[in-house]
Amino acid sequence: MTSRRLFCTAIAAMGLLVATASRAEERFITVASTTSTEQSGLFKHLLPAFVKASGIQVRVVALGTGQALDMARRGDADVVFVHDKAAEEKFVAEGYGVKRQEVMYNDFIVVGPTSDPARAAGKDILEGLRRIESAKAPFVSRGDKSGTHAAERRYWKAAGVDLDKARGPWYRDTGSGMGPALNTASSMNAYILADRGTWLSFKNRGGLGIVVEGDTKLFNQYGVILVNPAKHPHVKQADGQKFIDWIVSAAGQQAIAEYKIGGEQLFFPNAKR
Amino acid sequence: MNEFNEPLITAWQLVAGGDARLADIVLLSLRVSVAATLIACVAGMPIGALLAVGRFPGRRALIVLFNGLMGLPPVVVGLLVYLLLSRAGPLGQFGLLFSPIAMVIAQAVLVTPIVAALTRQVIADEWTEYREQLRSLGASRTRAAATLLWDGRFSLSTSALAGFGRAIAEVGAVMIVGGNIDGVTRVMTTTIALETSKGDLPLALALGFILITVVLVINAVAFALRGWAEKHWG
Amino acid sequence: MSAAWLAIEGLSLTEGGTCIIDDVSLRLAAKRTVVLGPNGAGKSTLLRLIHGLLHPSTGSLRWPQPLTQAMVFQRPIMLRTTVLANVVYGLKLKGYAAAECERRGRQALARVGLEALEQRPARLLSGGEQQRVALARAWALEPELLILDEPTASLDPASSREVERIIKAIADSGARILMTTHNLGQAHRLAEEIVFIDNARIAEQALVAEFFSKPRTAAAQDFLREETP
Repeated sequence: MTSRRLFCTAIAAMGLLVATASRAEERFITVASTTSTEQSGLFKHLLPAFVKASGIQVRVVALGTGQALDMARRGDADVVFVHDKAAEEKFVAEGYGVKRQEVMYNDFIVVGPTSDPARAAGKDILEGLRRIESAKAPFVSRGDKSGTHAAERRYWKAAGVDLDKARGPWYRDTGSGMGPALNTASSMNAYILADRGTWLSFKNRGGLGIVVEGDTKLFNQYGVILVNPAKHPHVKQADGQKFIDWIVSAAGQQAIAEYKIGGEQLFFPNAKR
Repeated sequence: MNEFNEPLITAWQLVAGGDARLADIVLLSLRVSVAATLIACVAGMPIGALLAVGRFPGRRALIVLFNGLMGLPPVVVGLLVYLLLSRAGPLGQFGLLFSPIAMVIAQAVLVTPIVAALTRQVIADEWTEYREQLRSLGASRTRAAATLLWDGRFSLSTSALAGFGRAIAEVGAVMIVGGNIDGVTRVMTTTIALETSKGDLPLALALGFILITVVLVINAVAFALRGWAEKHWG
Repeated sequence: MSAAWLAIEGLSLTEGGTCIIDDVSLRLAAKRTVVLGPNGAGKSTLLRLIHGLLHPSTGSLRWPQPLTQAMVFQRPIMLRTTVLANVVYGLKLKGYAAAECERRGRQALARVGLEALEQRPARLLSGGEQQRVALARAWALEPELLILDEPTASLDPASSREVERIIKAIADSGARILMTTHNLGQAHRLAEEIVFIDNARIAEQALVAEFFSKPRTAAAQDFLREETP
């Protein structure tokens, strides 16, 4: 019988250890954001300053822009922080968000094989895309309802390329986040539209380098929105609003500007006060 | 081969240096999977034992069901638990989504059928051996189930370890219901997924080696336990 | 001969087309009954039907007074726990308090001479010792009927004799004994009455001296001739 008692005590002790080790109730908000923002490392740099100023923890769930907005529609987030103006405005118009405020912008770049078989290099995104399409050079798309993917589709359209007609084995739709898509492009030696932030932190470049950059069309605007408590009463309205107020404030905007990778600034604050 | 040397050195440096972030991730993985396995055992072992010794309509169908549920894809479990715990879902008012508790729930759902099915097998074998004697002594079916659960404790520990191994190695369920939040719901498997997608392969490989070590240790313990039990209890 | 403690009428058991017990009618009145018969005749099955482990296809068992029973099998079945815990298992099921269980258990172990081994893991004991533990377990329940299915078949001669001694002691303490065996000497030593089964039927029932010296049926005669060394 003693061995049975020992056994039960051991199990109980394990259970207790597991239970008590759980985090004590802390004050936090849930922010739905995008994988590219998370993977750029911005939040790691930004959030500690906010936590210090407010005492509110920020739990970032990183998904594609479309998924982040869907998550917020379901009420599983307090704040959204994404980069797709059209989708964001629709979100607010539908009544799920209170107000859209601009926070910062970064830019997209086209990354591709340094040998540049399609001769796409330069400052013109639309021309670059046209050349990639006519050369039928391998191109990797995220295909995941993300802000980046939405932007990519806009550029193709603006370049006059009908993707449905032009689609072929050269256009690789992966349905994945920025990092995995870059991995795929790297192993296939393909062109890909990426945000500068993810590219700068990306370590598996293979034979890829920046091919197109600097076109003003490539600027990527970020917006922040409080999820509407009228639709989801449990939303942490006060704390969520504190986060938004901070991020558009001088302190927040400066923290954004200070974030650099390899000495290069990634995000350019442009909140209107 | 150089592809493997660098991450090996990185891994060793992280482990030997007692990297705090690494320790947090490993500890969270263990806490979640141990808790989930405990719940799975509490729920699954009695079910398995009753399926083995019981006699009631639908028993065979239930056995087939649990055997089948052993193969539940973790992502599917993750999706179902997500829909349950989402604010828009039936259990949304508890606000459990994207927390370690959600991960424990998802893994418990995943592992319970495994523990139940394995327990059923163990107890069924025991029942074949003990059935006549236990019935002769006057044990009811439920009493017999309880007796056999204790008697088969060593084989059942192996079943529990198998369940734990499955829990700690899965990524689909915890990714979806946990959200892979830095410092809150990031476990070994989801970190490996994240670091790989960032192209930070050395760190991912380092975590991978640690995870493999955990799994190997579990199996070694299970093996040693069987030997010890045989020698000391027959 | 005292009054019958069990009347069996027209008992049959058929399974999957095979008739294992065929129309058995029997009056059991002796204090010590041994069932003999060739392999596959149905001895073990008959015992299990009487104990209630199997249910007959037809026929009935009439108990003038219901008897508390215990059964010991050819292979001793021990739980993965101590000797004492095994012995008290049946007592626990009956609802005795823990202290009372231990007292009765120790008493039973002392009677079979194994009190020194009470804390040992039961499965690590020798075959003979385990069978003695099984007997202690049965004895602790103070059964009015003790059924044994070839209790010494897997044991060496020394252990067999020890087991026989215990069976006699249990019988002396008031329990009825019903057992099967392949060991004719053992049957001779232990039985008051022999029931001989052949081919799923009762072939002969007689007092032990009569059965061995003057078997009436040809089947019994053949059996004795073959089994006697």
